[in-house]
Amino acid sequence: MNSSTLVLTLLILALFSYWLGIQRSLKVAGGVSRARLLVSLPRQFGLLTGFWCALPALIVLLLWNAFESQVVDSLLISSFSQDIQALPNSELGLYLNDIKILAENLSAGLSSEGTESEKQQAALYLLNIQNNSAWIRTALILVIAVASVAFVVSRFSMEFRARAELEKIVRWLLLASSGIAILTTLGIILSVLFESIQFFSAVPPWEFLFGTHWSPQTAMRTDQVAGSGAFGAVPLFAGTLLITFIAMLIAVPVGMMTAIYLSQYASAKIRSIAKPMLEILAGVPTVVYGFFAALTVAPFIRDMGSLLGLSVASESALAAGVVMGVMIIPFVSSLSDDAINAVPKALKEGSLGMGATQSETIKLVLLPAALPGIVGAILLAVSRAIGETMIVVMAAGMAANLTANPLDSVTTVTVQIVTLLTGDQEFDSPKTLAAFALGLMLFITTLALNVIALKVVRKYREQYD
Amino acid sequence: MIDLSSSESLVSDDIKINKTVGNIYADDAKMSMRNVNVFYGEKQAIKDVSLDLAKNQVTALIGPSGCGKSTFLRCLNRMNDTIPICRVEGELKLDGDDIYAKGLDPVLLRARVGMVFQKPNPFPKSIYDNVAYGPKIHGLATNKAELDEIVVTSLQRAGLFNEVKDRLDSAGTGLSGGQQQRLCIARTIAVSPEVILMDEPASALDPIATAVIEELIDELKEKYTIAIVTHSMQQAARVSQTTAYFHMGQLVEVGETDQIFTNPSHELTENYITGRFG
Repeated sequence: MNSSTLVLTLLILALFSYWLGIQRSLKVAGGVSRARLLVSLPRQFGLLTGFWCALPALIVLLLWNAFESQVVDSLLISSFSQDIQALPNSELGLYLNDIKILAENLSAGLSSEGTESEKQQAALYLLNIQNNSAWIRTALILVIAVASVAFVVSRFSMEFRARAELEKIVRWLLLASSGIAILTTLGIILSVLFESIQFFSAVPPWEFLFGTHWSPQTAMRTDQVAGSGAFGAVPLFAGTLLITFIAMLIAVPVGMMTAIYLSQYASAKIRSIAKPMLEILAGVPTVVYGFFAALTVAPFIRDMGSLLGLSVASESALAAGVVMGVMIIPFVSSLSDDAINAVPKALKEGSLGMGATQSETIKLVLLPAALPGIVGAILLAVSRAIGETMIVVMAAGMAANLTANPLDSVTTVTVQIVTLLTGDQEFDSPKTLAAFALGLMLFITTLALNVIALKVVRKYREQYD
Repeated sequence: MIDLSSSESLVSDDIKINKTVGNIYADDAKMSMRNVNVFYGEKQAIKDVSLDLAKNQVTALIGPSGCGKSTFLRCLNRMNDTIPICRVEGELKLDGDDIYAKGLDPVLLRARVGMVFQKPNPFPKSIYDNVAYGPKIHGLATNKAELDEIVVTSLQRAGLFNEVKDRLDSAGTGLSGGQQQRLCIARTIAVSPEVILMDEPASALDPIATAVIEELIDELKEKYTIAIVTHSMQQAARVSQTTAYFHMGQLVEVGETDQIFTNPSHELTENYITGRFG
């Protein structure tokens, strides 16, 4: 049986065990009428039996699948003649691959004529091992499932605490689920980190962090004419900062004023219309903003510039920044709105009760009290802007110019990551590895911003609770 | 023995409140309200209430929860304006001028009729800035020295100065509950109001802090006209000269505090102050 059939069989067995557990518990109790004398409910006996049936078997299945290929490979290699075993690792890998492909062909009924008999034999041996392994696995899993059910059922008695054991299992399941998110994050960090370390062994960190020339094209073949491969990332950082700055210039004032209007001045009717509209704005896919930036805003800014006699690049930082700012408005407004609403009503009334106008109350009491929350909102928005990819890929340029002029074309860290990794690439050249180093920088920056933002927001929450 | 079932029925509609018992008029009225009705949407919260606030006196508004006493108080400086569905009808006058007149700015009214709230609500600013807040926005001080003067006198009048004179720059939220409430009173009197409305000012405080506040209220009436909503009948008896008993949005009885607590005229008032319900 293959893995999916096995899992399905296990699930059916578990369902059956559930029923079996209930029946057994009733039998232990001595009939349905006496079921209430049991320490736990029959349903809990059933669930416990079901879990016992499926979980140990599934864990063994996972472990088996994880280690199967290694065991099979080493068995296969040990069957090779001495001179092949003595081959260097990379060639041995190629040899193994050949045999695996041959084995697949054989099992698919394709002819294997023309290959060396040594390889053919090895392929047959491999098929044999694989076949045996599948049989052993199926038998093992089913035996484990049945054995665990038998074990747990044998313990059933009037005093058996099925509920306590069930809750223990469920607690472990919950822990394992939350572990998945943590492990994934850890895995991402580690993979990016290791690739980056590889990159930094080819390009010194000093040059990457402080170099001002970015031209990642390297020759793939020795006879190819290509760029020298310069990895000074400063123009990318500068471009990212410039676009983020423009975006914030739009998003922060507009978002804050939106929040103030919606939380303090708007009537219930306007709020009921404006809030969903803002949420729609937040729900527009960023790629759509990208079209908007590249096809509408950028040409408009270029035309306006030429009217004023300015030369504006058709992929200007301004266009990307403005559209990104618009995208972030709902983010800032919604978080600031929450922060302002979290200020106790008593403070507002206290101020109004002393004859302060609404605007004085907002400026002098509400905003200062909500400031930490608003700062947190802005930091989160900045981290969002730095990590934003689609808009800049479509609307910002590729040219790594080091400039502070928003009318020029600049490029960002995310744009470069995308261009470095799209298309056919070899995964050990500094060019592709540079993407991981950039990713690491991005990750560290946004992580730091998020941590600071969350700290600020949390500190502020404690103030009023 | 009191028959519980009959006292229950006393609370219900059996006793009609046709007309407020007692004298609603004050000889020297600072504020006078006539035929006030307040609605929250469709629901009527105050029904045809008429009452005067006598100058330099403390008027206590008492009554069971939900009787409308806080709503009535909040009409007196138009705090109810901040609730969109709230509608106020009737004649409400401060020194003979209609406070709901068209064109009258509620902001200016609230500078004359200050308010102290149930829960101490100092701003998250320093003690000094809390008190200086009102004078600053109303431009009552032309320079720093004048502002200092206002802050110090207000704190002194609120009986807080000696406790905080060494730490005027520390946060107002760091004070104890009773001190915070006195800070809020200092903040209110810094604007030099004529009337101070207090909405259960001591309900969040311990007995000692409450006693301090009550003493303060007694002193403050020399300069200000005070209306206080309270749940504590002892407090009403201790601090007020006039007591008004509210029931289900109506004003049942008004009278001198001594008379209300010793010899109430209306059956509902008697039931309330003898603790039969509340």
